[in-house]
Amino acid sequence: MNHFSLPRLSLRFIPIWRRNWLVWRKVAATSVIGHLADPVIYMLGFGYGLGSLLPEMDGMSYMAFLAAGTVCYSTMNSATFEALYSGFARMHEQRTWEAILNTPVTLDDVVLSEMLWAASKSLMAGIAVLLVIWLMGLSHSLLSLWMIPLALLVGLTFAALGLIMTALAPSYDFFMYYFTLVVTPMMLLCGVFFPVTQLPETLQMLAAILPLTHAVDLARPLMNGVAPAAVGTHLLALCAYTAVGFYVALVLFRRRLAR
Amino acid sequence: MKSVIRARNLQKSYGIYRVVDGLNLDVQRGECFGLLGPNGAGKTTTLRLLLGLTEPEGGSAELLDLPVPQAAREARIRVGVVPQMDNLDPDFTVAENLLVYGRYFGLRDAEIEARIPDLLDFASLTNKRDARVPTLSGGMKRRLTLARALVNDPDVIFLDEPTTGLDPQARHLIWQRLRELTRQGKTLLLTTHFMDEAERLCHRLAVMDNGRLIAEGSPQDLISSHIEPQVVEVFGEAAAEWAYRHAAYFADRFEISGETVFCYVRDAQPLLAELAREEGLRYLHRPANLEDVFLKLTGREMRE
Repeated sequence: MNHFSLPRLSLRFIPIWRRNWLVWRKVAATSVIGHLADPVIYMLGFGYGLGSLLPEMDGMSYMAFLAAGTVCYSTMNSATFEALYSGFARMHEQRTWEAILNTPVTLDDVVLSEMLWAASKSLMAGIAVLLVIWLMGLSHSLLSLWMIPLALLVGLTFAALGLIMTALAPSYDFFMYYFTLVVTPMMLLCGVFFPVTQLPETLQMLAAILPLTHAVDLARPLMNGVAPAAVGTHLLALCAYTAVGFYVALVLFRRRLAR
Repeated sequence: MKSVIRARNLQKSYGIYRVVDGLNLDVQRGECFGLLGPNGAGKTTTLRLLLGLTEPEGGSAELLDLPVPQAAREARIRVGVVPQMDNLDPDFTVAENLLVYGRYFGLRDAEIEARIPDLLDFASLTNKRDARVPTLSGGMKRRLTLARALVNDPDVIFLDEPTTGLDPQARHLIWQRLRELTRQGKTLLLTTHFMDEAERLCHRLAVMDNGRLIAEGSPQDLISSHIEPQVVEVFGEAAAEWAYRHAAYFADRFEISGETVFCYVRDAQPLLAELAREEGLRYLHRPANLEDVFLKLTGREMRE
């Protein structure tokens, strides 16, 4: 049971996923409002407020420009919150993991279930925002249906990265660093609110390696009915962040809990 | 008899601190085995090693004839665990807690649903079936935790301080249930701080300190082989002074703890006659018990 050994995954994550689903169903009504309120208010506020000053951006209305970014960042936020705060509650405060680990389920299964569950929640968040966008007529293309699997992948990526923080966190306060140093900068640098090309060159280079940039670069063309460029590169980047993030998180959780 | 839990020279340290230090243990099928020891003696770590939740630095362990941690997953299919701290799902009802937990063992919902009435009955929680966990009392939560540990009909049950923090009524109910489980032929491995609990429930006990077993046997064996059969406790402000002058003459061994003197004797009559002559001393004559053994073996100093 070397901490660095490769993940040993099994289908025993399924009952944990179902546990989280049952909890979520009990709070679904408030949860859906939570998923929607923040991104929709940002989109409408900036969309109408700035949109009236900016007639067009990258050849589309500012609201349509913003819609693609909003799906990506709300997906990122949803996965991050779930992996950080809810994951920490299950691991530390409620000792849910401890209860589960006394059964034939192993830590590797538990960490996998956390990633998949956080991604599931972000998929729901992504779909909720997409529905608003479709209803508002901000995206007409069938290509925008690809946003659904993309939301799942973006969810997996940020769940995996978030779990690294959860594995390191001594308490909830620790997560503020991640939000101020990672999540918020990504929201501002990765092309959610304005094109990355507006940034100075050094910041552009930084943005190019950040995972949210890859998500936005895929999302914006898809939402506007254009096949994205360099699909393979973007998908590979997101998958690499997911795989490395998951592995690092798993090693850290093993060090923390299987000691 | 065949042992269902076996440890050979088990070693585990955290940093420079050796938590489990060359532990050998055999728990036979169908027995209730108690692991006693002061806080920090290594009891919980021992349970974690035997469950395969952490890897030892040395030695080996088997659970239900399977090597752990290598085959811990397979072994734990037939094991139930009552942890030291409650970790029930607070968002769920009593019945949902059992259902969700049963799924972790790979049981089908119909199978678990069929078991829930019996489990609730066993835990005296039938009328709390749909109550949410935060509304339960401490005793009810413990009973639900016990019922949850039985959801997979385990052969072996690990209990880490199963009655800590419970009132006497709740504790007696748990004891009754644990005795019932041993009658059903289940193997129980429990840790406890309560000597009366260990004395009542356990067929065999081991006293653990500093990561080692320092004594092992039935409660009666431990008492008869480690300590004089009679104890006279002498109380009062003058007790200590009396002890310094006279106790050594009347008692085989004595210990002073605050305002109480514990005199360990094979024959109490001369001592009792002496105490009857002394003014201002109160005393209590009783048979030696497990707590006397425990304190003799592990000392009277606080550990934390």
